[in-house]
Amino acid sequence: MGGSMNDYAKKFGFKFAERPVHQSEPGISKKIVNEISEIKGEQKWISDSRLKALEHFTKRPMPTWGPDLSEIDFDNTIFYNKPTDKAVQNWDELPTDIRKTFDKLGIPEAERKFLAGVGAQYNSEMVYHKIKEDLAKQGVIFVDPDTAFKKYPDIFKKWFGTVVPHTDNKFAALNSAFFSGGSFIYIPPNVEVKMPLQAYFRMNAENMAQFERTLIIADKGSKVHFMEGCTAPIYSKDSLHAGVVEIIALPGSHVRYTTMQNWSNNVYNLVTKRAYAFEDAIVEWIDANIGSKISMKYPCVVMKGKGARADILSVALAGNGQNLDTGGKAIHLAPNTTSRIVSKSVSHDGGKTNFRGLVKVKKGATDVKSHTKCDALILDNKSFSGTIPQLDVNEDSVSVGHEATVGRIGEDQLFYLTSRGLNEDEATAMIVNGFFETFVKELPTEYAVEFNRLIQLQVGRI
Amino acid sequence: MKLEIKNLHVAVDGKKVVKGVNLAVSEGEVHAIMGPNGAGKSSLSYAIMGHPKYKITKGKIIFDGHDITEFSPDKRAKLGLFLGFQHPLEISGVSVNNFLRTAYRSLKSDSMSILELREFVSKKMSQLKMDKSFAGRGLNEGFSGGEKKLAEILQLVVLQPKIAILDEPDSGTDVDTLKLIAQNIKSVNKKNNTGILLVTHHNRILKYLKPDFVHVLVDGKIAKTGGPELADKLESKGYGWVEA
Ligand SMILES: Nc1ncnc2c1ncn2[C@@H]1O[C@H](COP(=O)(O)OP(=O)(O)OP(=O)(O)O)[C@@H](O)[C@H]1O
Ligand SMILES: [Mg+2]
Repeated sequence: MGGSMNDYAKKFGFKFAERPVHQSEPGISKKIVNEISEIKGEQKWISDSRLKALEHFTKRPMPTWGPDLSEIDFDNTIFYNKPTDKAVQNWDELPTDIRKTFDKLGIPEAERKFLAGVGAQYNSEMVYHKIKEDLAKQGVIFVDPDTAFKKYPDIFKKWFGTVVPHTDNKFAALNSAFFSGGSFIYIPPNVEVKMPLQAYFRMNAENMAQFERTLIIADKGSKVHFMEGCTAPIYSKDSLHAGVVEIIALPGSHVRYTTMQNWSNNVYNLVTKRAYAFEDAIVEWIDANIGSKISMKYPCVVMKGKGARADILSVALAGNGQNLDTGGKAIHLAPNTTSRIVSKSVSHDGGKTNFRGLVKVKKGATDVKSHTKCDALILDNKSFSGTIPQLDVNEDSVSVGHEATVGRIGEDQLFYLTSRGLNEDEATAMIVNGFFETFVKELPTEYAVEFNRLIQLQVGRI
Repeated sequence: MKLEIKNLHVAVDGKKVVKGVNLAVSEGEVHAIMGPNGAGKSSLSYAIMGHPKYKITKGKIIFDGHDITEFSPDKRAKLGLFLGFQHPLEISGVSVNNFLRTAYRSLKSDSMSILELREFVSKKMSQLKMDKSFAGRGLNEGFSGGEKKLAEILQLVVLQPKIAILDEPDSGTDVDTLKLIAQNIKSVNKKNNTGILLVTHHNRILKYLKPDFVHVLVDGKIAKTGGPELADKLESKGYGWVEA
């Protein structure tokens, strides 16, 4: 994060001593997978599925088509760290350090002001999970996966691992073997959750891996906005975050999933996010990546039903030492489906961004409309940006478009703003904020302000 | 309070474009600069404001007693210098309101609240007959030529500098807009005592503004200085008779 490292350290990078109630030995092994199952008291089908996933992970080669992952040190990484005995519904019941962490990050305050429910994960487990009472009364479920297995086994088993099977990719396999924490969300038919639900992920421990698992089921005609945020202290050794998010948007439902990824610059962020959109359902991924060392993340919507719609907005800001490989995938399996993928990326101070997009139209998916637009802004000669769009269209009656622009901040633009009294850093931050405007206006006001400040911190070096 | 240009020489990309200009603009005065296309009027304006591409190879700029020849543009702006651009830049996604607020805050130390400032800007906008919707639009983004000129004048009247260089604020404006622009320039000049250095090709705006001095810039040098009658003569005779 270049010159803003200190700001990140102050605001998000603080850390507390580790006092886990349980921590596994470093490294990957069957023993640790079994240990996790045992601690969680899991049913056999789950523990079996973990072992199967582990086997797949071991066999599967590292992906080499993207950023370099060869330095991930699996042997010295801790794969399970249980911070507390169970998730509580009252912040005051948390151990002081953990409570303080989330206070400093402003989570309880945001919950009071504008959230419908909050889940807070610390290392490998959710330590807090709560939803507003009126929503619970309407049948909305918002719990951690362990609770979901026990309390709602039928619906969980029906969907778990169906959108992202463990065979999907190496890191989905790793997640399926070690998953812990995350959320299970169910919205009953025609229920509209007006305020966002939020999950916050915090890695406090050094050298750890976090594998939360999120499963959202929006029943017919329902509507929900889910948000996630994440941060971590800055350590000299690398950490790994490999989450999996599965969304089932049943007919006529509307799911929006907003991510504000702000990991410290020593985190590998390798996440699989995918949604099934059934008839007339709308799925929106609003995905911002500011932090992490390497990110690989391509939120995907599989449009399975007629008239389904996908909207993917992906933004990235990469500074020194960062390689953010992001984008989106739209898979059209049914007629009259529409998708839009918009990517906005800024690279500076030697940072690297890359857009990877896939639009696929299956034979028989007639009258499909799809548009991809990616804009990149490169702030200096040390920084890079790339685009790898991929099209796979097997139907004639489709309209598929793609545009891409790469720009630099012109000397004249900077001069214009500095001539109005802004210094060069402020002027740069202003131009970058303007560039991200299409994204910022999709955020709740509170987060929009926060996002603009993050940009200021990173680009403005002030 | 005075802007003094002393024997200024400017080069851009190695090309000499300003070749020894002397000028002094005091608060409250109105100076006009006229001259053929490519004479160096914009280059001179950029150099006075500190554009990094327009290198001062010789001479000095003195502002309010400070030698600002080496100052960054924002430092010059903070001292009270302003440049209205011949070709204003588009800053996509940054609203006019947000931009003016940021600029105002970096230049002025008064304690106007966000709301008061918004009110102030909106008053200035109606003074320029600009539709309210402009406040929320990206700065110059998709603005027509004339609208961009109005937005420059809006910045002038909001920021109220001590000395303003206005590079062709009248070009490409219709008769009504031209009148509004001239009136607003006049009003900062009179009410705020802002000194004006106005670059123009047209006598019409000068009829409203009644400059104290008219300078003719030819090939990077001031070839002639006079009163408003000089502009009349240029209008009928062109530049051919002026010796470079
Ligand atoms: N950035 C630049 N790179 C190269 N040449 C330049 C640059 N800026 C100005 N010039 C050249 O310098 C000379 C003076 O240009 P300038 O824009 O100052 O003229 P001007 O008097 O403002 O003309 P106009 O009335 O057409 O606006 C021109 O020959 C122009 O081509
Ligand atoms: Mg010019």
